[in-house]
Amino acid sequence: MLVIIGAGPAGMAAALKAREEGIPDKEIIIIERAKSPGGILEQCIHTGFGLHYFKEEISGPEYAARFIEELEKTDIEILCDTMVTQITPSRKVTAMSKEKGLIEIQADAIILAMGCRERPRGALDIAGTRPAGVMTAGTAQQFINIEGYMPGHTCVILGSGDIGLIMARRMTLEGAKVKKVCELLPFSGGLKRNIVQCLDDYNIPLELSTTVVEVHGKDRLTGVTTAKVDENLKPIPGTEEYIECDTLLLSVGLIPENEVSKFAGVQLDPKTKGPIVDDMRETSVKGIFACGNVLQVHDLVDFVTMESQIAGKGAAEFIKNKDREKAYATTVPGDRVNYIVPQKVTVPVKENLNFYFRVKNEYKNKKIGFYINGEKVYEKKERKLAPGEMNNLLIKQEVLKGLKENDEITISVEEA
Amino acid sequence: MDFDIAIIGGGVIGNMIARQLSAYDQKIVVLEKNNDISMETTKANSGIVHAGYDAKEGSMKAKMNVLGASLMEEACKKLHVPYRKTGTLVVAFDSDDEQVIKELYQRGIKNGVPNMRIIEKDELREIEPQISEKATMALYCKDAGIVSPYELSDAAADCAANNGVKYIRNFEVKSIDFQNNKFTISNGTDNIIADTVINAAGVNSDDIAKMIGDDSFSIIPRPGEYGLLDKSVGYIVNQVLFMAPTKMGKGVLVAPTTHGNVIVGPSSYDAEEKDAYGIRRGELSNVFKLASKSVPSLPVNQMITSFAGVRAHNESDDFIIAPSEKNNRFINVAGIASPGLASSPAIAQYVEELVLKNHNKELVKKDNYDDSLPAPVRINSMSSDEKKRAIAKNSAYGRIICRCETVTEGEIRDSINRPVGAVDIDGVKRRTRSGMGRCQGGFCSSKVMSILADELNKPINEITKFGRDSKIIYERTK
Repeated sequence: MLVIIGAGPAGMAAALKAREEGIPDKEIIIIERAKSPGGILEQCIHTGFGLHYFKEEISGPEYAARFIEELEKTDIEILCDTMVTQITPSRKVTAMSKEKGLIEIQADAIILAMGCRERPRGALDIAGTRPAGVMTAGTAQQFINIEGYMPGHTCVILGSGDIGLIMARRMTLEGAKVKKVCELLPFSGGLKRNIVQCLDDYNIPLELSTTVVEVHGKDRLTGVTTAKVDENLKPIPGTEEYIECDTLLLSVGLIPENEVSKFAGVQLDPKTKGPIVDDMRETSVKGIFACGNVLQVHDLVDFVTMESQIAGKGAAEFIKNKDREKAYATTVPGDRVNYIVPQKVTVPVKENLNFYFRVKNEYKNKKIGFYINGEKVYEKKERKLAPGEMNNLLIKQEVLKGLKENDEITISVEEA
Repeated sequence: MDFDIAIIGGGVIGNMIARQLSAYDQKIVVLEKNNDISMETTKANSGIVHAGYDAKEGSMKAKMNVLGASLMEEACKKLHVPYRKTGTLVVAFDSDDEQVIKELYQRGIKNGVPNMRIIEKDELREIEPQISEKATMALYCKDAGIVSPYELSDAAADCAANNGVKYIRNFEVKSIDFQNNKFTISNGTDNIIADTVINAAGVNSDDIAKMIGDDSFSIIPRPGEYGLLDKSVGYIVNQVLFMAPTKMGKGVLVAPTTHGNVIVGPSSYDAEEKDAYGIRRGELSNVFKLASKSVPSLPVNQMITSFAGVRAHNESDDFIIAPSEKNNRFINVAGIASPGLASSPAIAQYVEELVLKNHNKELVKKDNYDDSLPAPVRINSMSSDEKKRAIAKNSAYGRIICRCETVTEGEIRDSINRPVGAVDIDGVKRRTRSGMGRCQGGFCSSKVMSILADELNKPINEITKFGRDSKIIYERTK
């Protein structure tokens, strides 16, 4: 049995790929905590999805629907309204639901596809009271797009992550006044196209190197105090500004949801906060794979789909041949690179490989260097690089064919 | 409405007193000004069952603390409240501190603190591996520990209500008159008549006393700020770690909570406002810096939330538990700052004695009084078989609403249907832990709102965070 945890875009793509690779429908089960499949896409009613994968621009629910429809044609079971509470290193999965009670499944392989959660206010050192009206951008998105209620009328957004940018536009379209978006860093963590389409087009100011230092209001939020920050991200005294608002939306980072993975002994990468995986997206625990936002936070669902197909294929191959031993080369982030996925590569390499990575800062006109054991084997010019946009480097098999166990792959951003 | 006894204030003190007095055949009411009980000092404090070496010998604090700590375990067992004898340590870092610890030890002996000893560096490091290298010695009280303060308070209220005590929330006392040998307590629109009044109004107890002309004490609101760390770093502390108080201040504590988180704080300052529940700018980093003296490796980046509580400090620095000089049937239970929580079971007993002495009616014990509660369903702490049985009885225990703390729909519905049940999101949170975890309600708050709306038969946009104007959502979208 292949157990896939999560019926969002990652879990669905992985299931369909595993099926294509020969795993019978009855041997695949997807466990989903929501009442229906689709994951976070269901509340992303804006467009901008599918440009890479479907070569057309569609909305989140439409993107999800294409996979839901494919799955409906199969006999793959999706167990909804069911939450996985535990997985063990020996791949025993425990889940709970209202309908079926406590379920235990011994899986041959597991694919982790639980997605991520938003960083809450509590994790930030924001002074002041704790009134209603402070919420994550995703919670506000759920209230508006799923429940159909307004979470407020005058709004400040802290953090320029994509959900924050999307919600700036959404709140405006619903008649709310978005006074400004504050970003702690000197650059936005969101996609450039979202800054243009969600802020610039609606004259919503984006203030960089600015944060919220205090929240005001006893019952409902009445205002926030913002301040500029210095190069150490510390508020600069004297730059405080009081802004009246009844809503503070937070878009200050996404955290892969790996609580269940940790219990199974899956090792995490402190940078991605997702599992350390090989090129087939197998984690440090044999037979447990990971893909989508639980592995690394993506900007575009299209890349989630592609990554999940790799995991689906990997899990199928594992089920067919559980005894295979793997030998690995490792990847190490070089200059100006924050992380690389995958962290390990199975040798010998038999096909072209995509390396996903994020850079540490904004850069212009640089080269990306790809090294094996310190020797540059490939390079590519990049006009613009930003932490908010995941990079993808395709390396041909012929470049990698000589790769041996314990070799070290490095990706660096260097002067052109 | 006519009652025999009115208790003003539904915090842990008022509720523990209500539970104690509900043993008698009297009509009792608890008046709470907030949307829910346990919303002030009770909900935001360190949750420590202090041993009792702190307070001056012979003081009310010393007596109540030592007795209260000894009664706590049984009260928690009966009420199914999370309680743990973790032990507490007062840590010394230099010879001055060591002197202080020895004095505390002597005072503890005089106060009657059991099971207390001074331990040397090696033993200290053995039981507390993450402690600073600079720690030299500690006062170790093995029987002291931790309790979940709001859960104790809420459970005491439920127990009292089961025994017939009436709870009226959103009743802010505006005036108290004494006429025809009875008190009339008014919130401006409704009146409550009572023979005996117990003033357990926390930081507002001086204002309440003034309503009968008693200005014998005043409460100085003394806020304290805290940071709470994620359960994943629960390993950094085993006992409650205090610092030896110095001329520079009392320091801050680093302690486990009954649910496995780590609490760090509190700061201390005197505020103007009695509802100074805000955190001052920059203060959290001060708290963490102070705490790193005990635990240098404090993982500050694992903070999941921060909050402030307000202590009801008074000038005498002792509890004021006595009939008012203005009227012996108006009993002040005031100035209950630390160690008020640890003392609460003893305070309840002591107030019972005061009521027996001063009340104008004969007090007869009820036959059917029950000072315990049935065990609540807590899916998170059940074995697989127990879970299966619970879900078989009620399928709502199978549907998880709060992922971080594993709280089910059934538990949330139960919390609303308790005798003094939750009426808002924060109330569900205190009673079930839904929203207490690392995502801080990001995923579950809208689901909790739907369940509240369903159980309370209200539209979802009338559900609040904690009453009054703390609405989460407004009108329908366009």
